[in-house]
Amino acid sequence: MPAPSDQRPDAGPYGPKPDSGPPGLESKLLGFCEELRSEGVAVGTSEILDAFEALKQVPWTSQDDFREALAATIAKSQEDRRLFELLFDRWFFRTAEAVAIERGVDEREQRHEGGERLDTDELREQIRRAMLEGDEGQMRDLARLAISAFGRQGEGSGVVGVDVQRIRRTLGLSTGSQPQAEDGAEELPPIDREQLNRFERHLRRELERDLIERTSTLPPSRPLAELDRALPTSPTQDLAAVHRAVSQMKRRLATLGHEQRGRRKGRTVDVRRTMRSSLETGGVPLRLRYRPKRPRRPEIYVLCDVSTSVTSASVFFLSVLHALHDSFRKLRSFVFIERISEVTEIFEHERDFRAVAQKISSEGGVADVSGYTDYGRVWLEFLGEISDELDPRSTVIVLGDARTNGREPHAEVFAQIAERAGRLFWLNPEPRLYWNYGDSVMAAYERHCDGAFECWTTRHLENFVNVVAGGVPAAD
Amino acid sequence: MPTDEKPPPSGGAQTPPPASVEEMKEALARAEYLADEPAALVSFLAQRLGKPVLVEGPAGVGKTELAKALARASGRELIRLQCYEGLDESKALYEWDYRKQLLAIQAQAASEDGGDAKLEGIFSEAFLLERPLMRAIASPDPVVLLIDEIDKTDQEFEAMLLELLSDFQITIPELGEIAATTMPIVVLTSNNSRELTEALKRRCLYLWLDYPELEREMEIVRLHAPDLPEALARRLVEVVRMVRGLDLKKPPSIAESIDWARTLLLMAAEDIDRETFEQSMSIIVKHRTDIDLVAERVGVKLASSVGSEA
Repeated sequence: MPAPSDQRPDAGPYGPKPDSGPPGLESKLLGFCEELRSEGVAVGTSEILDAFEALKQVPWTSQDDFREALAATIAKSQEDRRLFELLFDRWFFRTAEAVAIERGVDEREQRHEGGERLDTDELREQIRRAMLEGDEGQMRDLARLAISAFGRQGEGSGVVGVDVQRIRRTLGLSTGSQPQAEDGAEELPPIDREQLNRFERHLRRELERDLIERTSTLPPSRPLAELDRALPTSPTQDLAAVHRAVSQMKRRLATLGHEQRGRRKGRTVDVRRTMRSSLETGGVPLRLRYRPKRPRRPEIYVLCDVSTSVTSASVFFLSVLHALHDSFRKLRSFVFIERISEVTEIFEHERDFRAVAQKISSEGGVADVSGYTDYGRVWLEFLGEISDELDPRSTVIVLGDARTNGREPHAEVFAQIAERAGRLFWLNPEPRLYWNYGDSVMAAYERHCDGAFECWTTRHLENFVNVVAGGVPAAD
Repeated sequence: MPTDEKPPPSGGAQTPPPASVEEMKEALARAEYLADEPAALVSFLAQRLGKPVLVEGPAGVGKTELAKALARASGRELIRLQCYEGLDESKALYEWDYRKQLLAIQAQAASEDGGDAKLEGIFSEAFLLERPLMRAIASPDPVVLLIDEIDKTDQEFEAMLLELLSDFQITIPELGEIAATTMPIVVLTSNNSRELTEALKRRCLYLWLDYPELEREMEIVRLHAPDLPEALARRLVEVVRMVRGLDLKKPPSIAESIDWARTLLLMAAEDIDRETFEQSMSIIVKHRTDIDLVAERVGVKLASSVGSEA
């Protein structure tokens, strides 16, 4: 994983200086690859050689071709591509700005010259025309004009995203049908979402350029790859990102059972099919036929703590499991704080992460009086409700921080559950370091578990789901 | 769009390789494939650098079609290896023809005694059954080799491909190395259902294909259903994109957009209103739960938009 930035000798306020080392594309590209490596993208020497070969084939004056040729040879997955995009701008199109800062050049005045002379309607017309024609250069120039036209009025908030939307609104640019200009000389077709997005990208870029000049610093050099992969801990985090993680995991895990079937170990010979195929070779059984191996489809009971400290991790985990319900024979989920409540149905009817989270908090009915988790009572209730159904084929998964708030943990009841169920796993959204500190009674429960895992990144979670679905744990 | 003057599919006739990305794009367009900038660029690089291309992306964005179009555009033969679980060397590379070998041995034994001397002969090319990979390597004319859905195979098979992908040669223990005489264009596709090994990725150029942008998809639909009015095509693509935006088990692919366009033509529909949509929805949505969801979310929107226009 990426080393902290303070261990890098050349890390200045702009990260490693792009102009260190000899000038030229070669050193630049090597530096770029080096930084990609430090972000965890596996860039091999052969890939760098390929990149140079590829760059010979495309005109280096075309920005898009240059970028795509590099991406095709260096970034070999979606995740890599994302990091690639983040770093690419810094290395290849922020260089001019970095040098400008060093030399103290400030060309804000010249660049936005002429902005104040334009009136809004005319600017809007021009922008719309550029959008329809898809002329990138024109759009970039117009974005600059727009920024200067509105920046002069002293309305800039300093936050790029806010400014982009403000300028767009002031210009009256929106999707769908457009209010016609007064003269009504020309009917322009409505703008669609993508064209608008493209223009907004230019706006954003130019605003960022301004910001760099104003503050004399480049954006932070670390794209925080690791943080991005952490599990959501508060509901304010980007739910779309969570959703994306779920669907990716879903795809990867969906084929897991299949991979297992192909394994050579422990297969049994299918005598009938072997004899049948031996007819081809004159009755000599040259090739053995094997019985296909059926994947294990466990019955799963999930118990999730949904008290405030771990809600998001729980809901996230439940949505992952339900997205995968095809690979389980039976899946029942319960949430608990002071008492338990079954939520299987909510997941059957609702697939939207946001809605699920809301429903659980409104309909779960799990908090009694205090709102503090009561593990002991939860075990008693759980055992009372489904003890008859637990058998050696069933797997029980508990997700919680094992913080009992000083109440009776009832570890002996937990032991009973463990005894009846085939497997019992515990997922703790806290790092292992914090277990058994304060009111956490993890040790009391861990003794009875078939496995206790820390689970605070999607990586941990994926690894765990692998284990449950009967696969081998991925190397960490 | 250069659809009206499309050349007949050239059999063995080699067209000269495109000299720039633009030319590659045009060549693909002539082969009825509207490539976007990255796809054209990577195809171009694949041809120039002689490197295999790994194409990833959701199902139904035209990954396989890209390989087919490359074959059509360059006038090469397409050799396709469809991957599946449990695919092994004997089905992908080559196999000794046991029956023929047995017959040969028996024939030798019957005709003269001391057939030992001739046993050597049964491991010659006459007894070799060529499978797709072998065929691509041994072909005297340059070909396009499509290894489809590589993520369906196991890792052992991937490892076996490494020699082929980096050196374009195959080692047969009894015969030695067989090297390619002409450089094939190799396209591997993957649905990203499992991580491919680093070693394999290292040898390939990488291309991520996603659902096309609105304009491009419209062009694609109109290329394959030329009779569809433009307004209707736009509406169709907009609706399909709306459907893709939902969290479905199987979002509609480009091929399904085209099928739907053709269906609308057959139905002689003039606009996609709620009724038409519900009748023909099963063309693009193919899961019961998905159908419910789409009817609930998209169907309602359609009705309201018709109401507001009326």
